[in-house]
Amino acid sequence: MKVNGEIFTLTQPTRLTDYLAQRGFNTGRVAVELNGDIVPKGAYETTILSDADTLEIVHFVGGG
Amino acid sequence: METPRVNTKDPGIPSDPAMPSKEMLAQVLIQRHTRPVYESMQAACVGIAGLGGLGSNIAVMLTRLGIGRLILADFDLVDLSNLNRQHYMISHLGMEKTKALAQQLYQINPYIDLTLYTKRVTAQNAVSIFKDCPIVCEAFDNAGAKAELVNTILENCPDKTIVAASGLAGYGSANDIKTRKVMKHFYLSGDNESGIEDGLCLMAPRAALCAAHQANMVLRLILNISEP
Repeated sequence: MKVNGEIFTLTQPTRLTDYLAQRGFNTGRVAVELNGDIVPKGAYETTILSDADTLEIVHFVGGG
Repeated sequence: METPRVNTKDPGIPSDPAMPSKEMLAQVLIQRHTRPVYESMQAACVGIAGLGGLGSNIAVMLTRLGIGRLILADFDLVDLSNLNRQHYMISHLGMEKTKALAQQLYQINPYIDLTLYTKRVTAQNAVSIFKDCPIVCEAFDNAGAKAELVNTILENCPDKTIVAASGLAGYGSANDIKTRKVMKHFYLSGDNESGIEDGLCLMAPRAALCAAHQANMVLRLILNISEP
């Protein structure tokens, strides 16, 4: 699986929420694109990642 | 007899002799930016969500670029703690940021079309507030609010592009602030890591740098350049 341009091996299909939690992301502060399309916030629980996927995760920090 | 500051017989000049006409402002912008750039900017409408260190500076820069219309949204009032980095003066303290900023923008271009929303931008109202803008700048302070706006626009408005910011706190190298195209309709300016969560303070140079990155990306998008 390609995540933010880097190759990772995903040994088994994983729910997006679980993957984000494993990687230490706060789901309230991210935007996620899967294979070129934004993943709606309401679909994080039901989206299953596979090793063939390309994922972009943007994690926001505060300040403006 | 003193020479008048402007020729008041010119039909294009409004009654206040100190007020430049729309045509005079257009001429200087065309001389400096070229006519195609002027016309593209004049026809553009951009939304700015949050009028703090990022949004107030983005609005000033886009106004100087001759943008035709801005939609400005912020619920907040100008506070003393804003003066270290936001485009407000002592005379604006206690005013709504929307109005304090509009007052300044009209001093740069009295003919700009401004729409002001003095309310909190939420997932419920963002699509409606920014319905007329093909480009929206995310300029909030709070990380959760940033993510919420970006997700709301990308999920609901497939034709819009959002130019957001993340990582501008502190006084790390100015050279670490970059603009990247992170998704199909989503550009991100900042160093992506220096947040207020790390105890870093927000300061004028990096806030203005990041705002300038966002304003320049907006200009490029208006000119149909998609590379960051």
